[in-house]
Amino acid sequence: MKQLVLEDGTVFVGEGFGSERETVGEIVFNTGMTGYQEVISDPSYCGQLVTFTYPLVGNYGINRDDFETVNPAVLGVIVKEHCEHPSNFRSEETLDEFLKVKKIPGISGIDTRKLTKIIRQHGTMKAMISSTDRPVEEVLRIIQDTALSTNQVKEVSTVKPYVVPGRGKRIVLMDFGMKHGILREFTKRHCHVTVVPYHTSADEIIRLKPDGVMLSNGPGDPKDVPEAIQTIRKLIGQVPIFGICLGHQLIALASGADTSKLKFGHRGANQPVKDLAANRTYMTSQNHGYAVDENSLASTNLKLTQVSLNDNTVEGLKHTYHSVFSVQYHPESSPGPEDTGHLFDEFLTNMEEAQVKTKEDISCLNVQI
Amino acid sequence: MPKRTDLTKILVIGSGPIVIGQAAEFDYSGTQACQSLKEEGYEVILANSNPATIMTDHTFADQVYMEPLTLEFLKKIIRKETPDAILPTLGGQTGLNLAVELHESGILDQYRVELLGTPLEAIQRAEDREKFRSLMHQLNQPVPESEIVSSVDQALTFAEEIGYPVIVRPAYTMGGAGGGMCDNESQLRETARNGLALSPVSQCLIEKNIAGFKEVEYEVMRDKRDNKIVVCNMENFDPVGIHTGDSIVVAPSQTLSDREYHMLRNASLEIIQALEIEGGCNVQLALDPDSFQYYVIEVNPRVSRSSALASKATGYPIAKIAAKIAVGLTLDEIKNPITETTYACFEPALDYVVTKIPRWPFDKFAKGNRTLGTQMKATGEIMSIGRSLEESLLKGVRSLEGETEEFYLPSAVQLTNEELNKRLKKADDERIFLLAEALRRSYSLEDLHELTRIDFFFLHKLNRIIDLEKQILREGLTSGLLVKAKRMGFSDAQIARVANTTASEVMNERRGSDIRPVYKMVDTCAGEFASETPYFYSSYEDENESAASDNKKVLVIGSGPIRIGQGVEFDYATVHSVLALKEMGYEAIIMNNNPETVSTDFSVSDKLYFEPLTLEDVMNVIDLEQPEGVIVQFGGQTAINLVDSLTAQGVKILGTTMDAINQTEDRDLFEQLLNKLEIAKPGGESVTSEEEAYAAAEKIGYPLVVRPSYVLGGRAMAIVYSHEELESYLETNVTVHNGHPILIDKYMTGMEIEVDAISDGEDVFIPGIMEHIERAGVHSGDSMAVYPTQRLTKELEQQCIDATAKIARELNMKGLINIQFVVYKGTAYVLEVNPRASRTVPFLSKITGVPMARLATQVIMGETLKAHGYSSGVAAKPNGVYVKVPVFSFEKLRSVDTTLGPEMKSTGEVIGYDQTLEKALYKGMTSAGLKIPTQGSVLLTVADKDKKEMLEIARTFYELGFQLFATEGTAGVIEEAHIPVESVGKVGSDELDVIDLIQNGKVHVVVNTLNKGMRARSDGFRIRREAVENGIACLTSLDTARSIVDVINAMSFSARAITPMEGVNA
Repeated sequence: MKQLVLEDGTVFVGEGFGSERETVGEIVFNTGMTGYQEVISDPSYCGQLVTFTYPLVGNYGINRDDFETVNPAVLGVIVKEHCEHPSNFRSEETLDEFLKVKKIPGISGIDTRKLTKIIRQHGTMKAMISSTDRPVEEVLRIIQDTALSTNQVKEVSTVKPYVVPGRGKRIVLMDFGMKHGILREFTKRHCHVTVVPYHTSADEIIRLKPDGVMLSNGPGDPKDVPEAIQTIRKLIGQVPIFGICLGHQLIALASGADTSKLKFGHRGANQPVKDLAANRTYMTSQNHGYAVDENSLASTNLKLTQVSLNDNTVEGLKHTYHSVFSVQYHPESSPGPEDTGHLFDEFLTNMEEAQVKTKEDISCLNVQI
Repeated sequence: MPKRTDLTKILVIGSGPIVIGQAAEFDYSGTQACQSLKEEGYEVILANSNPATIMTDHTFADQVYMEPLTLEFLKKIIRKETPDAILPTLGGQTGLNLAVELHESGILDQYRVELLGTPLEAIQRAEDREKFRSLMHQLNQPVPESEIVSSVDQALTFAEEIGYPVIVRPAYTMGGAGGGMCDNESQLRETARNGLALSPVSQCLIEKNIAGFKEVEYEVMRDKRDNKIVVCNMENFDPVGIHTGDSIVVAPSQTLSDREYHMLRNASLEIIQALEIEGGCNVQLALDPDSFQYYVIEVNPRVSRSSALASKATGYPIAKIAAKIAVGLTLDEIKNPITETTYACFEPALDYVVTKIPRWPFDKFAKGNRTLGTQMKATGEIMSIGRSLEESLLKGVRSLEGETEEFYLPSAVQLTNEELNKRLKKADDERIFLLAEALRRSYSLEDLHELTRIDFFFLHKLNRIIDLEKQILREGLTSGLLVKAKRMGFSDAQIARVANTTASEVMNERRGSDIRPVYKMVDTCAGEFASETPYFYSSYEDENESAASDNKKVLVIGSGPIRIGQGVEFDYATVHSVLALKEMGYEAIIMNNNPETVSTDFSVSDKLYFEPLTLEDVMNVIDLEQPEGVIVQFGGQTAINLVDSLTAQGVKILGTTMDAINQTEDRDLFEQLLNKLEIAKPGGESVTSEEEAYAAAEKIGYPLVVRPSYVLGGRAMAIVYSHEELESYLETNVTVHNGHPILIDKYMTGMEIEVDAISDGEDVFIPGIMEHIERAGVHSGDSMAVYPTQRLTKELEQQCIDATAKIARELNMKGLINIQFVVYKGTAYVLEVNPRASRTVPFLSKITGVPMARLATQVIMGETLKAHGYSSGVAAKPNGVYVKVPVFSFEKLRSVDTTLGPEMKSTGEVIGYDQTLEKALYKGMTSAGLKIPTQGSVLLTVADKDKKEMLEIARTFYELGFQLFATEGTAGVIEEAHIPVESVGKVGSDELDVIDLIQNGKVHVVVNTLNKGMRARSDGFRIRREAVENGIACLTSLDTARSIVDVINAMSFSARAITPMEGVNA
């Protein structure tokens, strides 16, 4: 038997599965009905205990294809029920087996709807998955004494740069905790991608002669990665930039806007986002606890392009002068709807246009000379 | 995009009568659509011939036309109303087909009526097989190898090419009518011929067999700005091969990974976009369990049965939103009615599992072909919600109200393994129970998968249920196991069976240990946003979200799944009762489990519990809510059946009491009651042995009505005319044994009269008295009913009124009461008293303007009729004549005998009204789909006892210019009367036989009455079935035949030579 103890003292007793490890993290919930393998392996969940609101998790097992990273960074998995007999032609192992191997604890058999409502009402908070042998008071003390990590990006970013070669556009992808899905979108478009660590400097990036720079998703508070903010500030105007999720927040901070923490975040595959220019709404996949403050945009060169239809928070930005745009959600999906995959094409178009413009600028210069 | 201001008046087309494949779901969607349009300020004109629906109430539309849903009548409506637009996408296949016909007739152009929702082009591209396939090719969406054929030979040739088995799908038919899987040439020959006949365009699709694939459905919506969402996806428990309407379905999909989910989602969205549908659309797909290969099977460019299910499963009201989209609003500006804080442009997230199980009519049609295939056979369905698949499924099983209340079918125990295997492989309506039986016998999951192709995921879940049963058997019912069983969804009855105790023992133990369910909210968003929706389901978990208020409140029990004998009429009454309670200041709580209906729309009641309707489930809600009492009068037999056990639990039954109910339902008490009140009833006895039966028969005298006492709704009821017939009845239909007496009554051949009344104990107000066209002996639900009465004398009417008042007063009835009489030799005899809302409540309410269910509710809650301005006696009759005509679904039910008798067979009803009886009948019959020929030929083949009576009918047909055909005996009688007739051979004779005649399309009406004896596969049976398969009216009651003749007569002029001296010469 295991227990899940929340910072506010609420205790849920359930059955343990996965690893026996005891972990303290920030508790969040995800409302997606499919995609648990992608969620669990999404590095953005670094430092978090993720609750699945859909009660049956593990139905189609774990396959070899749908990982978003090699080593998941999630600290715990909370479900109503995990499936012991998955059924799908790609299934290689059960969720339980997978979590055991990856040393991720799981707890099942609890009222996850009640838990979700607590998180919704009180906001995300610290929590611990432990054995029921440990007295609740002790667990609460451990929770109190454990400070949540502020260097999650460092934990999940690549240590060394690496190349995913292609014959198309050259992209430098700053890895703040990149999901494989983003890379997949570029390889699908035959791009040549150089994935670099989060702390790579602007000069180093420019030396790679990229056609565009992609800022990936990642875990935690964007303000915890000041070095990246500096880098991005230098890159803006030099090269087309596209930011997703944390990358989007970093662009905002680099442009002088502000970010703040949401009460319980957006995590799910059904988040409607309205594109203000097109006057259309898209279903998006989201996973973020922080958001850009709309009011803080006034003094910047960023234009609000997309908003959440649910709570009006900032979902998309575009630079007024430079080829920079970003979205808070995940156009690469995996998991979730694939309705906004065209943003990657847009990014490619931006790069194309930038090249044409550069040529024009050069020819302009030539004429002047 | 704001709503359109260039439209003011919109015509909504309803779906007409309830038939298999098109049931109450379209009342739900139509009602929502009308409300939604009115909300936006449009004038709504509604055309629907089904009087039993909520949507045809005047409160839901500005003008209601309960006229036949045919081109002829819709044109009349359009000319009269000149609407700006027409919305056909909420009226099922009927609405869509009519839209096409209207367009083709040119009237839409002529009157500048715009088609809203789905463009005509899209209807054709989705419905026309060839156009659909070419669209799919264009979109690069895979479809199974197939070919459109318009002849049987073409079908055979193509099948040779792709190999058997193949599937036949006729074009433009609903519920897959006429389709089927064929394993060989002879099957294909028959199915293709039948399918071609049923298809209005004489086309069938012959398709490669992909049986065994996963069947997955997506409910998608789109608006004109191209916002697109998936409201819900669903996975069929039964793989491809069984019509989705006959499949157990779960939502959301269970075995699809995110990649598969979105691959199919993308396909669905691409299709709705290509079709440019503004509204809802249903896409059915087949997915290979072993690869990413998928096929698009079918697209319904309209709101469908699945969308009603999806609406209830998610809380997202598809029809309501679809109507708003149709008038120009976009998804991202329509509020989500559940959360009221977010918008309709999102995809609902479920945090529970939904199960739908079809409800089949084979309790009525025991001899029907029960095999499931591509032709839908279910009349209704139930939905259940749980926090695990097991819980959801088990709740579903006990919502079915079939032979069993839990996951155990006693009759399955008798089957040999061989029989079990055969039935598992073939798939019939009881397969879920057979799977349980097989698992109890420890079949391996591999074997079961081999037999059924059902996904291992589901088989494992079933096995978990049976494993827990086995554990209880092994270890006894420990408190730990009790909790575990409840958490898995076991009912007290299931636990009791396994632990060899009684359900009430289990209930007591459970209550003693405070093991009770909590109630969770259906909120569309998995708890992400705060919602106030009063829509709940039970589960054995921690947190209860349904706070019981301190308001004075009443629980109304719904009527469960739509089945023969308990249709949408009861939902109508339930909804009105709930509305009345709300109006009176009560908190109205409803419990029901039918996803198709208006009553389970969470916006109707103050609180909706989507739950099974067993004692256990009802008591759990009562324990929590502590209502003042329970209203059972409107939930049909489902609710009435709970009266005894609820009373035993100390629950107050509001209105007519248990005692009074029992006095009408218990035969002996009933007889005592009528004797005491000096009211006539047909003589009869109850017997427990064959000897007693014959003795009683002799004493009472033939003909007799015989039936077992332990079944309801006229099941296994028959009329016997002789000793031989009684013998054969006793042999084939019922086993006489102690404890289950057989009831034998005098069969009185006479006019049947039906009275609906409201009683407050003092006053007994009768809104209307109806007479049946068919004499007593034909179930009242299958008879044509006429209001006001045409043949009833003042004196007899008074007899009926007096008897009704006496019974109602004696029993101190409070609420509705329905009494059936037979008029025999100048006296009205009471046949049956129903202490509850009857099938005719909506019909009469609409005609007379008396809000019967509402008034009854007010009376039930203690108000007097006088206070509402009603007093004893019968209401004034309106002008005109109104008929209720039953509608059957025989073409969907192979091997079911169509002859009318004491057992109800109809699935729905329509109304016809006009100034004369003949005109009203014409409209009613037309609405019911009867083709009334004004010329042509008629085939007569009647039983000996009917030959004399038939003669008049034959004569009129002849005088109307019809050519007469008759079988030998019948022809002889006709010839003797000097009426020209052509004699045709009996079935199987060398010459041209009756079957050839029907198949060749040579006759336009068949009059056939049941030959004596209960032979199921008699010639008569073949004749009747053949008529059904060929779409020819087959009249099995001489009364029906006579009324049709009258109608034809009124419509045409006979050719007759003048004989001035006729009277003198005679």
